[in-house]
Amino acid sequence: MSTALRGSTLLRHGLFFLALALVLLLLTSFVFDAYTNYNVTEVAIYAISAAGLTVLTGINGQVSLGHGALMMIGAYTTSVLLTWHPDLPMILMLLVSIATTGIAGAIVGIAGARLRGPYLAGATLALAVALPQVPSHFASVFGGNQGLTVVSPAPPAFLGANFSPEQWLAWITLAAAVITFFVLANLVRGATGRRFRMVRDNEVAARLAGIDVARTQVLAYMISAACAGLAGSLFAYWVTLTSPSGFTLTLSLSLLTAVVIGGLGSLTGAVLGSFVLVYLPVKTGDLATTLNLPSNIANNVPTAIYGIVLIVAILVFPRGIAGGIASIVRGAGRIVRSSRSPAALPASPESPSQ
Amino acid sequence: MRPEISRSRTLAVAAAGGAAALLTAACGSSTPTSTSNTASAPGITATQVTIGSTQPLTGPAAPGYSEIAPAANAYFKYVNAHGGVNGRKINYTYLDDQYNPTSTATQTHKLVLQDQVFAMFQALGTPTHLSVVSYLNSNHVPDLFVASGCNCWNNTSQYPETFGWQPNYTIEGKILGQYIAQNFASKKVGFFLQGPNDEFGTDGFTGVTDALQGKSLNVDATPAYYTPTAAGAMAVGAAIAGLQAQGVQVIVSFSVPLFTAIAEASAAGLNYHAQFVVSNVGSDPPTLAGILTGGALGKKLPAGLIGGTISDTYLPLLTTSANPWVTLFKSIEATYAPSLPWDGNVEYGMSEAFTFVQALKAAGQNPTRASIVAAVESSHWADGPGLTPYAYSSSDHNGFTGVQMVTVDATGNLTTLGPVETTDDTASGAINTFSGAASTPPASGIPSD
Repeated sequence: MSTALRGSTLLRHGLFFLALALVLLLLTSFVFDAYTNYNVTEVAIYAISAAGLTVLTGINGQVSLGHGALMMIGAYTTSVLLTWHPDLPMILMLLVSIATTGIAGAIVGIAGARLRGPYLAGATLALAVALPQVPSHFASVFGGNQGLTVVSPAPPAFLGANFSPEQWLAWITLAAAVITFFVLANLVRGATGRRFRMVRDNEVAARLAGIDVARTQVLAYMISAACAGLAGSLFAYWVTLTSPSGFTLTLSLSLLTAVVIGGLGSLTGAVLGSFVLVYLPVKTGDLATTLNLPSNIANNVPTAIYGIVLIVAILVFPRGIAGGIASIVRGAGRIVRSSRSPAALPASPESPSQ
Repeated sequence: MRPEISRSRTLAVAAAGGAAALLTAACGSSTPTSTSNTASAPGITATQVTIGSTQPLTGPAAPGYSEIAPAANAYFKYVNAHGGVNGRKINYTYLDDQYNPTSTATQTHKLVLQDQVFAMFQALGTPTHLSVVSYLNSNHVPDLFVASGCNCWNNTSQYPETFGWQPNYTIEGKILGQYIAQNFASKKVGFFLQGPNDEFGTDGFTGVTDALQGKSLNVDATPAYYTPTAAGAMAVGAAIAGLQAQGVQVIVSFSVPLFTAIAEASAAGLNYHAQFVVSNVGSDPPTLAGILTGGALGKKLPAGLIGGTISDTYLPLLTTSANPWVTLFKSIEATYAPSLPWDGNVEYGMSEAFTFVQALKAAGQNPTRASIVAAVESSHWADGPGLTPYAYSSSDHNGFTGVQMVTVDATGNLTTLGPVETTDDTASGAINTFSGAASTPPASGIPSD
């Protein structure tokens, strides 16, 4: 059994994510209240999108300042289709949104594969700025600035009358997140992930090794965009409104923030970063209210604290929260080992975090 | 993330109870049957009523509007200091949505799910509140006195829990349009609107064009639009220059204060002397003066820029300090919110809070969500700060139905232009002069029933 576990990444990941799904199922069903479920849904949505971004930026080395725009494509795909055919099942909406955003990502990726560093950042930034302008120019399809209303999915009748819609959406979103992370975790551990990293670390070496650099970059963009599309579709159901106001440049930058704060290139980091993104404003908002400050100061406290926390986090954990935790664990391990046998050398392999 | 299973269960039971009460509530404000206070609904305890709101405390709509909820809260503090309503203190929780409809949706979920508000009160903004009106109604949360003049709040079949308060933008637009037809018949009329596809702009546009129908005025039918975001602010100058190029002489503006100020400053910068006719919500002189002189537009501009602007009001004029409502609200402000300026936003916030206390009193000793909705629908409150009575009934969720034209001079003084006029929001509905007398506030400053 243990050799099978060590031998098969797929099996190990499968068991881990199955256990994770079970824990989340129990938490959302018996521990969380409706509002916590609502917030956890938001964390999961950001985590899906941030995971896609961490594959692209952390593992493949391509910067994207436009992931909010890709989420917007997913959200509008779902919302427009639902406006035309309100009865279409949610699972179909999620799959179609993954497909359309994946295709959009491939197109962006083809352009992106020709660009490096700041030029790529600039091009994706343009996407984040320009795309939210589109709905107001094609208002008959996209509902203009007012946007399109989406009806949150109703829980099936067999779950009982007391089953809240928030809990149902939390189930769906967390299931989607677990599946996404399972797929991505296998992907980055496998041959595709190795090609992504090789292209990131040295394009010339990758080319010499027979890797088609451009194709790898486009594939990374497509996978990353597909995640953003899934997140966008879920986002539409979660907010119950799809309008340009939901997909500002701030969203794109927040996703990048989540990835960097959590730990660039680490899927665990994407989850941790998403927690920070969702819960920090909630907690600072509560703090501002309890401090009883004058309203014109209190109104701006959450944003100010958010900025300070980001700066401090980058200073203290340059490799993000996931990287910080890893070095603390390694450090503690070294102390424990050295206290047991002073002669032993620190034997921690400095492997890049997954 | 505390374990709170019982809370969600209580909520579900209460929601079911509320739905049952809706079915059985034939008439609303019944006489109290019990003598002690009970926790009769979500957000109501024996000693407290919790209500919630979403407000633009920061962001592009914040200048001016960020004062509305604190002003309402000052009135509630005054009521609380005088015994509250049926022994219950009003606890008003208002959250910042930055005038961003997506934030409105998340903040409203927080108010309903976590803070468990009894009702929503004066949630501000047309595009913002439209994002949650279905959610509130499907959860049977009373949605009282939305701080927006969208016609959409008066939709008793789809949104039975939602009530408007200020005259809707079509009513307002019709009366503005009539004034333009009577006074600027020879001039070319153009529009500067929030939009496109924003009901704030479109409802106002509908009202004005209804009133101009068949009056053979020269109207520029393509409005200039702005988006209420930081990026949108950059584009206002070009929009105003476009109106100038079209030879527009009268600009009808349905805009929030920051964008009215930018539009008037842009016109002045272009040496373009058009007559501005601005919707009430975007025309408060102290707010505009604050934006212009405070340097919010990149440099300090003279407040006198807005001199000559025409607008309307449905509340007593700010500057008539002899008016008993103005006296009452100013004295409450001096005690409970001394840091706020005296302006139209403060008067608005306090007036709406007065109406809420009227509704809460009428909902009975132990109010339920159904009983407060029924109380507003069957309200025949004689007194109120409005220049016209409330229009509320079971088939009409509009608040006030008329306005009085006003003009502002370069020092910010307001003068009325003619009588109070009332109308409805249909294209053919006649505009009538209102003949009723203005009401005076109760001596205590708190509604008597």
